[in-house]
Amino acid sequence: MALTYPVELHYTATHEYVALTDDVAVVGITAFAVEELGDITYLELPAVGQTVSRGERFGTIESVKAVSDLYAPVSGVVTAVHEELLDAPERIASDPYGNGWLLKIRLTHPEETEKLLTAADYQAHLGG
Amino acid sequence: MRYSPLWECYQNQAKLTEFAGWMLPAQFAGLTPEHQAVRQRAGLFDISHMGQIELQSPHILEDVNPLVPTAITQLKPGQAQYTVLLNTLGGILDDLIIYAQGEGQIKLIVNAACTEKNLKWLHQHVPRAVLQPTAQALIAVQGPHATGILQTLTPTALQTIPRFGHTIISTKFGHIWVARTGYTGEDGWEIQAEPTVGQALWRELIAQGATPCGLVARDMLRLEAGLHLYGQDMDESSTPLEAGLGWLVDWDKGDFLGRGGLIAQKSQGVAQKLVGLIGTGRRIFRQGYPVRAQGQTVGRITSGTLSLSVGRPIGFAYVDTPWTALGTPLTVQVREQELPVTVVKRTFYTRTG
Repeated sequence: MALTYPVELHYTATHEYVALTDDVAVVGITAFAVEELGDITYLELPAVGQTVSRGERFGTIESVKAVSDLYAPVSGVVTAVHEELLDAPERIASDPYGNGWLLKIRLTHPEETEKLLTAADYQAHLGG
Repeated sequence: MRYSPLWECYQNQAKLTEFAGWMLPAQFAGLTPEHQAVRQRAGLFDISHMGQIELQSPHILEDVNPLVPTAITQLKPGQAQYTVLLNTLGGILDDLIIYAQGEGQIKLIVNAACTEKNLKWLHQHVPRAVLQPTAQALIAVQGPHATGILQTLTPTALQTIPRFGHTIISTKFGHIWVARTGYTGEDGWEIQAEPTVGQALWRELIAQGATPCGLVARDMLRLEAGLHLYGQDMDESSTPLEAGLGWLVDWDKGDFLGRGGLIAQKSQGVAQKLVGLIGTGRRIFRQGYPVRAQGQTVGRITSGTLSLSVGRPIGFAYVDTPWTALGTPLTVQVREQELPVTVVKRTFYTRTG
């Protein structure tokens, strides 16, 4: 059950990850978040075209155990939402860094990406 | 932190959680497979954290009878009764099962968090009885295959033992006490044994096809079956009449602690009642969420989940009496959304066959 944190990704202290390609960020939740939540039951995401701001709430994720807010790791415009997950949010758990992605955001403040955590920083944040 | 005598059987196989001062398995293979095992085959639960108290006196049933609203003096050895301990105002101190054993002995199985409180209460109110708290292994095997699986361990014909019956059976591991009780809405057994025997039983029951299950599955199973969780769905501030446990009150049995409070409440009418609520969609109602009607808060959620048996959100709530008729439409405030729900019977799941 070892949890993994791919080195090519960036992370937030609130357990989102970001995969960067040019000016588009693919956002999801980390393996740690998935493990902590347990059985995921509900997901709420913004609409395509909506603007999100770094550090602000963009959605909600719920499990049998807990309710958790999702925070935007970067500011930008939502260009895609992983709609299939809204009806089957439990699928996030099987592949959080791949098919469990939640949003694509076109960056409006690319310099913010420097504030994201590396895999090593994030693991240190998790306490080892 | 306390650890079960079965701890070493599963410590590397389960996701663990703290519950009532004990470190217990939250989950093994996962909620969905564990839930399915109990509903379709058999699940195995470590419930060794539950309080186990043996009481003895020449007339033990008569001595304990005034502490509970249910008539218990007619219980024969091998029979058991679910009931509640009430404080002097009629508030619920704990819910428990009383197992009559004969020869002036009874066994109580109580909630882990209430064990110390109950021992004090019993010392005070049944001074004649000898109280012996025990810390044996307690295992529940629950589901349609539970009796068949347990039968592989003993020549005793288990099918002849009725629901809430109990006896001592012989197995290759030694003698064990088994009771046809549980907390899942399924047929099944609760087993008490010496710690080392309990460990052997745990492994043997898995070998015979029972699936180990954790507290997360147990909570959903009991909620679907309409069973209360003490500390959440009732406590000392709620009476059996409010908690939907009026069926436990035998008004003709003579005096019992809390009777005056219950009579007063009955004559004035109960202000709020515990009801079942069912919703749509996927959002879970959680403890403390407000229940609303016509723009006003009329109740509060005590337990809720997204039921795997029902496929919808279900829960219990204390609701003001005018809003408790079956079929009443209400809403639950789930964070920023107000979601429609309907008042239904608390038993969301009933086993077939």
